[in-house]
Amino acid sequence: MGWWPEMRSLYRGLVASVSTLLFAISPASALTVVGDDGVALTLSKPATRVVTLLPSLAEVVCDLGACDRLVGIDRYTNWPPETANVAVVGGGLDPQLEAILRLRPDLIVMAPSARVIARLRDLGLPVLALEPKRMADLARTYRALGEALGIAEADARFTQLQSDLGVLKRSVDASWLGARVYFEVSDELYAAGPDSFVGELLTSLGFGNAISSGLGPFPKISPEWVVRANPDVLVVSEQTVGRLTQRPGWSGMPAIAEKQVCAMPQAQADALVRPGPRLVSGAQWLVRCINQLKRS
Amino acid sequence: MNARNTTSAVSVALTLLLAAGALTCLGLMVGDGTLRWPWGLTSDPITAEIIWQIRAPRSIGAWAAGALLGLAGAIAQAIFRNPLADPYLLGSSSGAALAVAIALALASWLGADVSGAAFWGGFMAFGLTGAAFTGALLAVILTVTLAGGVAQGTRLLLGGVVVGVVLGALTSFLTFIAPNVLLNMQGFMLGSTALLNWSAVGRLLVVGAICMAIAATFAKPLDALQLGERTARSLGIPLSQVNAIYILLLATVTGAAVAHTGLIAFVGLAAPHVVRAWLPCQHRALLLLSSLTGGVLLLGADALARLIFSPMELPTGLLTALLGGGYLLWRMGKVGRLS
Repeated sequence: MGWWPEMRSLYRGLVASVSTLLFAISPASALTVVGDDGVALTLSKPATRVVTLLPSLAEVVCDLGACDRLVGIDRYTNWPPETANVAVVGGGLDPQLEAILRLRPDLIVMAPSARVIARLRDLGLPVLALEPKRMADLARTYRALGEALGIAEADARFTQLQSDLGVLKRSVDASWLGARVYFEVSDELYAAGPDSFVGELLTSLGFGNAISSGLGPFPKISPEWVVRANPDVLVVSEQTVGRLTQRPGWSGMPAIAEKQVCAMPQAQADALVRPGPRLVSGAQWLVRCINQLKRS
Repeated sequence: MNARNTTSAVSVALTLLLAAGALTCLGLMVGDGTLRWPWGLTSDPITAEIIWQIRAPRSIGAWAAGALLGLAGAIAQAIFRNPLADPYLLGSSSGAALAVAIALALASWLGADVSGAAFWGGFMAFGLTGAAFTGALLAVILTVTLAGGVAQGTRLLLGGVVVGVVLGALTSFLTFIAPNVLLNMQGFMLGSTALLNWSAVGRLLVVGAICMAIAATFAKPLDALQLGERTARSLGIPLSQVNAIYILLLATVTGAAVAHTGLIAFVGLAAPHVVRAWLPCQHRALLLLSSLTGGVLLLGADALARLIFSPMELPTGLLTALLGGGYLLWRMGKVGRLS
C-alpha cells in the first residue's frame, strides 16, 4: 500500500493545522489541549473538577499535586491512598454516564480506545483522551495534564522522574548490568517486550530483555521459547512463583535452579506495569531485588 | 386472516405497545440507585439532561433495537422453517464482531503514532458502528456466496455455520495478537444499550419502519413457504426472489441492531416463540407482533440491567441471555410435560 504513508503524512499535516487554527482562534485566556486522538479540547480555565477513567491518569493528576481536584475515578484506581475517598464512576470502558454527569466535571480524562468517549462528547462533556503506554506517551500525558490543570511544573516533574531513573541506574550492581531479564505481566505467559513501558524501563536501568523486539509490547510466549532464551533473571508475580517449576521444561532452567527469580508483589506490579509516577519506586524495588540475587 | 384473528392480533399489539410505554416510564425512573418518577425533577438541569439525553434515548433505543431483533428472528424462523433459527444464523454476528475487532486493533496499532490515533480517533465514533454494520452485511453476502445463492435453505444454514465459525476464529486470532482490544471486544460481545443516543434511535427507527413495511408487504409467501419449498414453488411462489428479499431484510435489521447494541442474545430467538405461544397467527401479524415483543423484551432487560445492582449496571446482553434462556427452558419443560 504505497499510498498509505502519503495519506498519513497528509492527515498529520491536516490535524496539526486544524489544532493550530483552533488554538489561534480560542479566547486568549482559554486553554487548548490536544489529546492522543488528535481532538483539541478548549477549557475556559484550568480544570478544577476532574474525572479520570484510567488508573495511570489518576496517579499522574495526583503526582502533579492536584489530587484534591479529582471528583471521580474508575474502579481500578487504587493509588495514592487519597483516591480512596473519591467517587467511583465505573470502569474505563463502561463508566456510569449518569454518575459522571452528576459530578459536573470540567474535565474527563480517559483512554482514546474506549467507545464510550464519543457518547461522553455527545453529552457535551469536556473529554481529553490520553493513554500513556510508553515513556514518550507519559511525557506527553504530563504535559497535557499540566496544561489542562494549569500546572506549570508538569514538564519539570517528568524530567525529575527521568533523572531519578538515571541515578537509580548507577546503583545497579555491575555484575548485573546487561543481564537478560524475563518480565512476566500475566500468569498466561504474557511477557514484557522491549517495545513496552516495562521494556523501556529495563533498558533505561541497563538491563537487557530476554524477549526480542518485534514481537509486540506484551507477546504471549510459549514456555519452550523462554527455556531456549535462557534468561538470566525471571521477574514474575508472587502468585506465580510457586508454580514456575510446573511449566514444561522450566524446572531445569538455570535461572530457576540458581534462584535468580524476583517475586513481584501486586503493588510493585501496578507500579511497574502502569506508566505513571510510580515508575521510580517500582524500578527501585526491581533494582533492589536483582542486586540481592547471586550472579553465577 | 379472519376478523376474529385480526381483532386478537390488534389486541395483542396494543397490549405490547402499552407494555412498552410502561417499561419506558420505568426506564426513565431507573439509573441512580433510586426509583423516582422524573416529573418535577426536571427543574434541575443536570437531572433533566440525564433523563432526556441518557435515559430517554436509551430506553427508546432499546425498544427499537429489540424490535429489529424480534423482526429478524421471525424472518429467520420463517425462511428456514426452524423454530431454533435466530437473527445471527447467517453469520452476521461473527461478521460484525470481526469488523469491530479489526477496527479496534487498527486504531490501537496506529495509536502508537499519535497522528495515527488522530486519524482513527475521529473515525471511532462512526467507525465502530459503521464497521459492525458493514461486517454483518459482508458476512451474510459471504454466506450467500458459499451457499451458491438463496434458493436452498439447508445450504444457507450450512454456509452460515461455516462463516460463523471461520470469522469467529479470525476474531479470536485478532484478540490474541492484539490483547489490548480484548476488553472492548468483551463489551461488544456481551451487548449493551448504554451508548444509545438520539441519533442512534433515529437510525434504528427509520431502518425498522422501512424493513417492517417491506416485510409485511411480502408476508404472504412466507405462509406458503411453511408448507415446504416444493409446495411453495408449486403454488407459484418465486422462492429465490422471496428468499433474496428476506435475507436482505434479515441482514439489514440484524446489522443495524448489532451495530448499535453489540451482540444481544436470545431476543430474536425468543420473541417469535412468545408470540406463537400467545396467539397463533399468519406471518403478516407474526412479523409485527414479534417486532413489538422483541422491543418489550429488550426494553425490559435494559431497565432490569440498570435496576438490579443500581447504580452499577449489568451488560444488557447478559440479562437477555439469562432471561431468554430461562424462558426457553421453561417452554421446553412445558412441551415435554404435554407430550
